[in-house]
Amino acid sequence: MLILDIVSALLLIAGGFFGLSGAIGLFKFPDFYTRVHSASVTDSIAVILIMGGLLLQTSFDINTAKLLFIMLFLMLTSPTASHALAKSARHGGLASMAEAKMDEQENNNNG
Amino acid sequence: MAEFINLALLALLALTALRIIFLKDLFSVVMLFGIYSFLSASIFLNLDAVDVAFTEASVGAGISTVLMLGTLALTGRKEKASKHSSCLPLVVVCVTGAVLIYGTLDMPPFGDPNNPAHQHVAPRYIEESLKEVGLPNMVTSVLASYRGFDTLGEVVVVFAAAIGVLSLLGIRRQKDELVADTGLKEHRVLHVIAKLIIPLIILFALYVQFHGDFGPGGGFQAGVIAAAAFILYTLVFGLKRTFVVVSPKFLAWMASIGVLVYACVGLFSMFKGGQFLDYNQLAADPIAGQHYGIIIIELGVGITVFAAMLSIFYAFESQVERSNVQ
Amino acid sequence: MTVVLSAVCITILIVMALAMARAFNAKTVYDRILGVNMFGTKTVLFIAASGFLMGRPDFLDIAIVYALINFIGMIAVLRFFEYTAPIE
Repeated sequence: MLILDIVSALLLIAGGFFGLSGAIGLFKFPDFYTRVHSASVTDSIAVILIMGGLLLQTSFDINTAKLLFIMLFLMLTSPTASHALAKSARHGGLASMAEAKMDEQENNNNG
Repeated sequence: MAEFINLALLALLALTALRIIFLKDLFSVVMLFGIYSFLSASIFLNLDAVDVAFTEASVGAGISTVLMLGTLALTGRKEKASKHSSCLPLVVVCVTGAVLIYGTLDMPPFGDPNNPAHQHVAPRYIEESLKEVGLPNMVTSVLASYRGFDTLGEVVVVFAAAIGVLSLLGIRRQKDELVADTGLKEHRVLHVIAKLIIPLIILFALYVQFHGDFGPGGGFQAGVIAAAAFILYTLVFGLKRTFVVVSPKFLAWMASIGVLVYACVGLFSMFKGGQFLDYNQLAADPIAGQHYGIIIIELGVGITVFAAMLSIFYAFESQVERSNVQ
Repeated sequence: MTVVLSAVCITILIVMALAMARAFNAKTVYDRILGVNMFGTKTVLFIAASGFLMGRPDFLDIAIVYALINFIGMIAVLRFFEYTAPIE
């Protein structure tokens, strides 16, 4: 069982690393739409790695099924939530960074 | 390790509460209340109170957020700035807090096994529960069997809350031909995902309902989760289509039937010669009688909570749609 | 193994704290929603990991409920924005 433990530990540590990098990106990125992308890194790859690592810890019982169910559910809903949020921001009129710069240049040229 | 996690979570809770006080935008306050509810449910988990964490997560973060957002769509979004200075309230709060902390100095140490709270009734429940009721989950055996009468009161309170909301707000149904199909029309992705997810949620609600004897769960949590599935359907597809699936009249019937089932179990035990809600009379073998009783009353609780939550949501949402349909 | 699990739990707690910080100081209202959503999904991971750390994996039911409730909350927020325009 040692090889399973080592693989599980590696997966968990990789998942933690990706989660941390996604969270730091939440502060470093300049624009809202890029921040959505950074948050979705924690929602997708970090979940897969950490849940994969935890899956290797279970002996093949009901907890395996529950972890798989959580993974399936999160894989279905987190991209949808990010998509819904970005679309709602677009409808609300939030301009991306490139568009904001173009608007500023137009104002400078006109004014 | 557990104490460290506890401290960290409590610190985050205090920070959230402080941030909520100083925000004037009510929508952000609702969002931060979602975080607050998740944090308190995590604290309950850390204290090993799994059933409570379950209920707090589903009701506090789910239903409350949805209902408050519905209210915000009707009222304004900014809180008015208060005109009076907050010196006197601050003094009152500090004095009350200091008095309360001084009062807790006399209390026995936290978690000490010699505390009075762990001496009289609790050891009896813990020792006798497996022999008298026979369920692995002790919370369910205390909630549904030893304190079954209190749980009947809780179900009646939920039912009364639904009656209160319905009599204050009412569910406004417009003429079906006039009203447009509300719902998120341009969100094709949401339509597909919602149709995939809703059966899974209902399945999970049924699992929680019937698995409450062996793990965390039970009637309350199952009712709330099932209501959440239909709330998701309403949010994505609109109220008109949801009324076709689950009409308000059906919900009124279901709420009453849940409470009736619970009370009738009690009357049936009296009819058989025992006391009110004495499950030992329900079958020849007392343990089997306890199991039958607990399953039936949990079903009653689940049905009433589902109908009450969904009726309250219908009342709020029909008001919102009436004033805001675009 | 408990060392790795504890390290992962603490990492997820740090990620949750960072998401909360983003929800506290948000430049636009959408940043706040992003922070709350991320907080919810990280709580799911935290419950799963700490359940395995403390040897009580029946916490996984609660993780499922959190994932669900987080999603429904997000859809409610989206519906809210279809009705009202953001103040900024």
